[in-house]
Amino acid sequence: MSKKQIYTSFDKAIEDLSSNTSIMIGGFGVQGGQPTNLMIALRDLNLKNLTLIGNVAGISMITGYGWKNSDKDNIIDQSIFFQKNQVKKIICSFPIPSQRNPMSEIEKAWVNNEAEVEIIPQGTLAEKIRAGGSGIPAFYTKTGVGTIIEKNKETKIIDGEKYLLEYALKADVAFIKAHLSDDKGNLIYKGTSRAFNPIMAPAAKLTIVEVDKIVPSEDIDSERIGTPGIYVDRIVSVNNELS
Amino acid sequence: MNYPEKLTKEDIAYRASIELPENSYVNLGIGLPSLCAKYLEPKKNIIFQAENGILGFNELSKENEQNENLIDAGGQFLNYVPGISYFDSADSFAMIRGGHIDVTVLGGLQVSENGDLANWMIKSRGIGSIGGAMDLVTGAREVIVTMEHITKDNKFKILKNCDFPLTGVNCVNKIITDIAVIEVREEGMFIVELAKDWSLEQVQSLTEPKLIPSKIIKDYVTR
Repeated sequence: MSKKQIYTSFDKAIEDLSSNTSIMIGGFGVQGGQPTNLMIALRDLNLKNLTLIGNVAGISMITGYGWKNSDKDNIIDQSIFFQKNQVKKIICSFPIPSQRNPMSEIEKAWVNNEAEVEIIPQGTLAEKIRAGGSGIPAFYTKTGVGTIIEKNKETKIIDGEKYLLEYALKADVAFIKAHLSDDKGNLIYKGTSRAFNPIMAPAAKLTIVEVDKIVPSEDIDSERIGTPGIYVDRIVSVNNELS
Repeated sequence: MNYPEKLTKEDIAYRASIELPENSYVNLGIGLPSLCAKYLEPKKNIIFQAENGILGFNELSKENEQNENLIDAGGQFLNYVPGISYFDSADSFAMIRGGHIDVTVLGGLQVSENGDLANWMIKSRGIGSIGGAMDLVTGAREVIVTMEHITKDNKFKILKNCDFPLTGVNCVNKIITDIAVIEVREEGMFIVELAKDWSLEQVQSLTEPKLIPSKIIKDYVTR
């Protein structure tokens, strides 16, 4: 819809979500680019049987990974959904810290059979999501050939090389994070805080974006829009400069 | 068998940094491989890529100047320098999977005689993190593995066949350890450099597959 729903409350922006929903969580799995306030609101909504799709997941709270020293006391990652047993399944590329660290919430849930954990090579994950948002049902890739990723997958020899058939990935909802949005949902990202956000925005039925600030379109540089508004449904920020 | 002293992680990183060709695009893995960056001479014009979506960084930020929007894939905060470019994960892996990265340096748990790499899961743990490793070993033109030659409890890491789950098949070109430099070729594993005071026999005794002596075995290049 070209008319966007604009919120100043994270709780209100997600209050109609229900259990048994699949949710993509944008960013890379570090502080920058993570839709942290939407995640907190989702945890507090107390839904069950969620399927989460992310990249690095559940690492920061146990290791400090990717968070500024000045914010080390307030680290949030996807562990918060496992602490409350809200997750049926997580699809991600990096949910387990090195052995020097204690076990993560995701590993505990896996060990105790409380959640299914599907680990996918990061580039395959990105391409599955990109394909999901682009109307491409599947694609062939060399990544994972000869490894456990190949198990139960169709393969094809193309020009003498073996490839795996990987299917596209979509979700009911995507939570993404950008720096700025206008009322049309045109998004500006900052630095390395792009990551999975621009590819998840087109891949969900309902895309909710958390932004630092909502500004008039005059303050958005059309030359550097990272996600065009067509992919965005809801915009939420505590800073709304629209009159 | 008595063994001479082994080299340090810093020595391994320095040795790996020498391998990086001038004017190349390089992705360094988390941990030991990322140490390579500090030994590079600027005149080599090497451009680093990190899979979270950045090209062209070369400085870590000071602890009190961390910017949440400027970080590498290993979680190290960076300084902005002119020439950096940012991109999303689809672009980042188009670079990696599309064959645009010249060299990747990765850590290893096990490497086999034919160049299989296992570096994402300790078998007994049953679960691990793949991250970008499987994409890097299939997409990068050259794969260098940096690791200690044997495990802390004295088990082989260079094996006839890996018994940990694989990251990639027949993908490793060179192994740089704390006692030797080994090239993986069609004909087998060639030893090309030995650390100070180490003999071929001593390195062989810590390596499962047969090591073939290169025509000239050089001294391991150190700082």
